[in-house]
This record gives sequence, structure tokens and C-alpha cells, in this order.
Amino acid sequence: MKPQSFEYVRAGTLDSALEILADAGDEAKVIAGGQSLVPVMNLRLARPAVLVDINPLAELARVEQRAGALRLGALVRHRTLERGEVGGALGGLLAEVAGHIGHVPVRVRGSIGGSLAHADPGAEWCLVALALEAEVEIARRGERRRLTVDAFLDGPFTTALAPDELVLGLELARRPGWSYGFAEHARTHGAFAQSGACVALQVRDEVVAAARVAVMGVGGRAERLGPVEAAVVGRPANGAAAAAAGACREVVDPAGYDEVSPDYLRALAAAVVRRATAAAIAAPTEERQ
Amino acid sequence: MRIELSVNGVARALECEERTSLADALREQLGLTGTHLGCEQGSCGACSVLLDGQPVRSCLLFAVQCDGAAITTVEGLAPAGELHPIQRAFHEQHALQCGFCTPGFLTVLYGALEDARRASRHLDDNELTTLVGSGLCRCTGYHPILAAARQAARELGVYAEGG
Ligand SMILES: Cc1cc2nc3c(=O)[nH]c(=O)nc-3n(C[C@H](O)[C@H](O)[C@H](O)COP(=O)(O)OP(=O)(O)OC[C@H]3O[C@@H](n4cnc5c(N)ncnc54)[C@H](O)[C@@H]3O)c2cc1C
Ligand code: FES
Ligand code: FES
Repeated sequence: MKPQSFEYVRAGTLDSALEILADAGDEAKVIAGGQSLVPVMNLRLARPAVLVDINPLAELARVEQRAGALRLGALVRHRTLERGEVGGALGGLLAEVAGHIGHVPVRVRGSIGGSLAHADPGAEWCLVALALEAEVEIARRGERRRLTVDAFLDGPFTTALAPDELVLGLELARRPGWSYGFAEHARTHGAFAQSGACVALQVRDEVVAAARVAVMGVGGRAERLGPVEAAVVGRPANGAAAAAAGACREVVDPAGYDEVSPDYLRALAAAVVRRATAAAIAAPTEERQ
Repeated sequence: MRIELSVNGVARALECEERTSLADALREQLGLTGTHLGCEQGSCGACSVLLDGQPVRSCLLFAVQCDGAAITTVEGLAPAGELHPIQRAFHEQHALQCGFCTPGFLTVLYGALEDARRASRHLDDNELTTLVGSGLCRCTGYHPILAAARQAARELGVYAEGG
């Protein structure tokens, strides 16, 4: 199917893009990679009157290493991260995760900012950003703000973003001594994951000193699992994966859908949490810069 | 809206409706019907073309977004009439039956092979499988497509043996 007609505006500068969004109200939509927006436009589930193309804004496509942090512009493509340009333990995690998003041509266009703004409940970047306690930088005409990903993500396909706001980028802390793990299960190659987990750990003297655990596929959006984090901290590293899986099985309460039962989803969540925790234990740790 | 772009090395000027996908512009305005449309959802891969050397879904890109860009379609893979190694390999390995999916596989693999050649990089079986996994084929069962990708990579000196 073909989309409805719209007015197309190529953003010349960031300020002009924000101007257009401010004037157009909810008539306008930003287009980044178009890998989520255009499919729904082709189905006419989205019918924007104005399309603001931010692809020409090179300043939004930057990967910046800052003191103790990594800043990813909203237009950084999945494929750029998959190619491992970031480096370090964090870069390794991002490269692995990116490789799970759709197919190569989808990753060439699709952007991290678009993934966050679209907020698909199965989006890997939403999950990872939650586990890593990322902050989202947002702008509208004459105003900027920062939100934690937790505050940014509402429910499935909904965020705290107003129609005239643009995601500028994402900031992730580099934490020396931490390591990361990711695991997901998708039913077919390239499909959205049915469940996934991202784990960040700090291990001292073979004991888990701190943990962040996020899971998707058990509710409306990806969530941090506080009780699982608590169950892992203080454990010997070699027992962490089993402890995490056990605690996950206790705390998640998925609803199930179609032919997929709650029990299956619970077992799946526990499995991806176990695999992601084991991967984090085995992964190299972030070095001091 | 008027756009200018290069398609298979030839400069073209087009007057497009904003909502026209790159795929429709190629097929209907330029007569390049080698690019196929299956799903218009980004899933099947039949519409894949190269945008400035990178594989993209032409059903998810508006033609107006391609002003100033260089597009390569399946028609551009054998400019002098001589088949590119990936095209010959598809023939020799029986990597197509009905041929609906073929243009997408050919452009994606051609792009990756030529990219590897330019960068003196080698593609292992993992990477070739990932690339083949970017399209849907209802006929071949994929193994002949993978065999063709391997054959062409070997011939071009960019195959990571045993990888
Ligand atoms: C076949 C296929 C398979 C896929 N599989 C996966 C998968 O497994 N996992 C996954 O996570 N994703 C998957 N995707 C989606 C893909 O990751 C998209 O790239 C991503 O969801 C959206 O990014 P985009 O840059 O393409 O955004 P667009 O499609 O351009 O935009 C999506 C939405 O975000 C808004 N938006 C975009 N950028 C901004 C910004 N900077 N500020 C404010 N609003 C913005 C748009 O207005 C729109 O509402 C798949 C897509 C396809 C076609
Ligand atoms: S038609 Fe573009 S991916 Fe199927
Ligand atoms: S050859 Fe028929 S779909 Fe691939």
C-alpha cells in the first residue's frame, strides 16, 4: 500500500527543524531512518501532513567520547554501532545488540534516536538504555531538557516526547570495572525478539558488587527488575546467572497473548536473564580511560 | 518536487510526488523494473538497492530523500553487459527459481562484496549468512544463495576461508 500525500521538508539546520515542529504542532512527524515510520505510513496507520526529514543534520549523527561517558547522537545508525566504532566493553555490547535489530539494510538506515522515540516494546535500544541508566537529550524551540530513559519511556509506543520535541541524543556512562551482557530470543531470523535481557555488573573479588538487570517481553515496556538485581548482589560470580534466573521467575508476571502462555513467557524471561548474566560475567570489563 | 540523482552511474532528473517511494520512482518513472516490491514493509528485501554504496530498502525511502544521491539497482551490476561474479555465481549455483527475490539478494551481496574488496576486508560465513538472511526467498531454501555468495567472495578474493 502507498502512503497518503504529505508535505516534505528537508531540515537545513537543527533550529529550523525545531521551528517547523513548533509551528506545525501534531500535524508534523520527524523522519529519521524511516524504518518504523514508513511501514506504518504505507499501511496508512500514520498519516502525517508534514514530514520533517532530519537526515541532513550531520550534528545529530555523531558518536562522541566524553569524560566518563559516551554520547550518541539521535541519528547514529544501528549499522554504525554494529561495526564496532565505539570501542571498550560498552562498544562491544552495543555492537552485539545492534546485530540483532532487523536486517542489514534496516540497520543501515534505522537510528538509535528513532528507536527510542518509536518505543516499540520489543526495541533492543530501549532495553539497553534502561539497563545502562542512559539519559535522553531532548529539544524544542528555545528549550532543552534531559530525561532518564525510565522517565522517557511510557508504555508501548508512547514516550514523554511532545509532538514538537526532538530527541538530540543519548548519554551513556562509562563505568570502569563494569561488564555487560545481552541475550534475546526471536522466533525467526530478523524478527522482533519475543524476550530479551540486558545486564550490567560490577564484580569485585569474584563477588557481584553491583548489578543492573532489565528485561523485555513480559509487559508493556522493558523494565528494570530491582528484586533480581538485589538477588544477584553479594553472590559469588559463578552463581550469579542461576540466582538471577531464579529471581526473575519469581518476580515477572507476563500476561501471555495468542498461543503464547504466561508460563512460557516467564520461562523465556528467566532464560534470557540467565544467559545475559552469564555473558556479563564472562565479558571483558570496562577499562579506566 | 524536482530531484536530481545518479542511477547506475547516469544522472537523472525526476519530478516526483513527495509520497513516491524510491522503489516506485525507479520502477514507474525510470522503467527500472528489476527492483521488485513484495511487502512494502521492509521485511522481504526484494526492493533492496544501494544508496551511496550501502544497502537500503527502497520501499521505506521516499524518492525526494534521495536528491543528490547515487543509487545502484540490479540493472547496474553488469554495466558492460558482462555478468558480475555474484550474478554468474547465482546462475551456476542455481540460486534462483522464480527470481522474485533475486534482485534484492544480488544488490545486497554485490554491495558487500565490492565494499570488502575496496577495504581489503574478508567476509566469513557468518557475515555472508547475515547478508543472505536480509532477504526472504520462498523457492530456493537459501543454501544455493549462500553457496553463490561464497563462490563470488572466493573469486573476488574476499572470502575468509574456514571462517
Ligand atoms: C523488517 C524490520 C525489522 C525490524 N526489526 C527490529 C528489531 O528487531 N528491533 C528493533 O528495535 N527495531 C526493529 N525494527 C525497527 C528499526 O529498529 C527502526 O530503525 C527503529 O525502530 C526506528 O528508527 P528510525 O530511525 O528508522 O525511525 P523512524 O522510522 O524515522 O521514526 C520512528 C518514530 O520516531 C520518531 N522519531 C525518529 N527520530 C526522532 C528524533 N530524533 N526525535 C523525535 N522523534 C523521532 C518519528 O517521528 C516516528 O514517530 C525493524 C524494522 C524493520 C523494517
Ligand atoms: S518490498 Fe521492500 S522489503 Fe519488501
Ligand atoms: S527464487 Fe522464488 S522467491 Fe526466491
